[in-house]
Amino acid sequence: MTVGIVTYGAYIPRYRIKVSEIARVWNADAEGIAGGLRVQEKSVPDLDEDTATIAVEAARNAIQRGEIDPSRIGAIYTGSESHPYAVKPTGTIVADAIGAAPNLTVADFEFACKAGTAGIQTCMGMVESDMIDLGLAIGADVAQGAPGDALEYTAAAGGAAYVIGDSEDSLVAEIEDTLSFTTDTPDFWRREGMPYPEHGGRFTGDPAYFKHILSAARGLMEKLDTTPTDYDYAVFHQPNGKFPRRVAATLGFAADQIEPGLVVTTLGNTYSASCLIGLAATLDIAAAGDRIFVTSFGSGAGSDAFSLTVTDRLDEIRNGAPSVSDLLAEKRYVDYATYAKHKGKIRL
Amino acid sequence: MLYGDCMGVPRFWRHISSRYNLIGTRCATCGEYYFPPRTMCPKCRRDGVIEDHRFSGHGEVITYTIIHAAAEGFDRETPYPLAIIQLDEGPRMTGQVVCDPDKIAIGMRVKPIFRRLGEDGAAGIIYYGTKFMPM
Repeated sequence: MTVGIVTYGAYIPRYRIKVSEIARVWNADAEGIAGGLRVQEKSVPDLDEDTATIAVEAARNAIQRGEIDPSRIGAIYTGSESHPYAVKPTGTIVADAIGAAPNLTVADFEFACKAGTAGIQTCMGMVESDMIDLGLAIGADVAQGAPGDALEYTAAAGGAAYVIGDSEDSLVAEIEDTLSFTTDTPDFWRREGMPYPEHGGRFTGDPAYFKHILSAARGLMEKLDTTPTDYDYAVFHQPNGKFPRRVAATLGFAADQIEPGLVVTTLGNTYSASCLIGLAATLDIAAAGDRIFVTSFGSGAGSDAFSLTVTDRLDEIRNGAPSVSDLLAEKRYVDYATYAKHKGKIRL
Repeated sequence: MLYGDCMGVPRFWRHISSRYNLIGTRCATCGEYYFPPRTMCPKCRRDGVIEDHRFSGHGEVITYTIIHAAAEGFDRETPYPLAIIQLDEGPRMTGQVVCDPDKIAIGMRVKPIFRRLGEDGAAGIIYYGTKFMPM
């Protein structure tokens, strides 16, 4: 049985703040930080946007692009580390807002930045086992970074939605296989009731991001007997612009293979949506027959690797919804004070 | 009015389909559209046949005001445009248009977006629904 992506959609709020503006407030070296992180600006949610509204907009874009009947969706998994409620699912809001309710199963996922790809894997399993016709996996976040913390320069907002199915003539990309690598590695966390996450600084690098992505990616390529040269494009989780470039080079991928999906420079780190928006940007430009390698990373820690092949159908539906570059181009800059108000950092 | 601060959970829940997806009604006898939904056609009376209709949410700004002194819960969003929108099918409704206050204009075409409408305080329920943005 062939399982894969039936349609996809992304959503990015229109506000942006430049890394230099955040550095100005904290009297930090703007050029050094932007150059070191290789991030110039990040997205900021509107005052009335949160993970649920972003997930709905991404899902609606996916449904519009693929022109699918939402009542065919038998499962919705929404991955985020910033669900609006501690207890009450984001997915029920999505299900009603896209017209998929009530005959479906819904659950919210949390696995730092890889909860969205975990949703894709769950949908793959349910589709392959004939439990459902179509599954919807979403990664969406309004990521939090404490004022002045290193995370604040990159923590951004955005979402991406993927409808997973198994009808060969309806797929825009076949998912040949997936493989995960997971260990208990406390590199990043947020305790119950805490407004901002904590992290292990440099500990988030080698023992966390690099170990897990390298292990999952190498494991999948070994399983499929492929090498980086077999792929046209690759997408890796993008907490900054430095890590995905380094992990790609370590694995043997060339810079031009990751360039189309490297959206972090002008988007920031959208956490659960990070590599899923990168994949959407890659699908926006990919041609039939292209192979795409994707590996997410979620702190805590784990990585999900995927191997995809684009089909002819992508050309038929590609222009049915805004592309990632369309969404990135629609922007309005805000200063730090407005950003702080939008993010609820000012408590009255 | 789409918005309702402290409207109570059951009252909001009853209107979720209207607020999320602009589900109104249409009279199959005379073809008139209704939003908010009506259960009886005032024109056709007992001859009316009412059916659900999902509005596209595309429409036009008929008139608007800029809110500077907002109700509790909306004070951080000021100044913001509040408009009467005529949906393409005919009904008029009040809704917030998400754009710069100096950009809104009578006759402007708008499309629906999904946003937070309000919340019952930090511990209460969050209300979601439809706002509009320029096309």
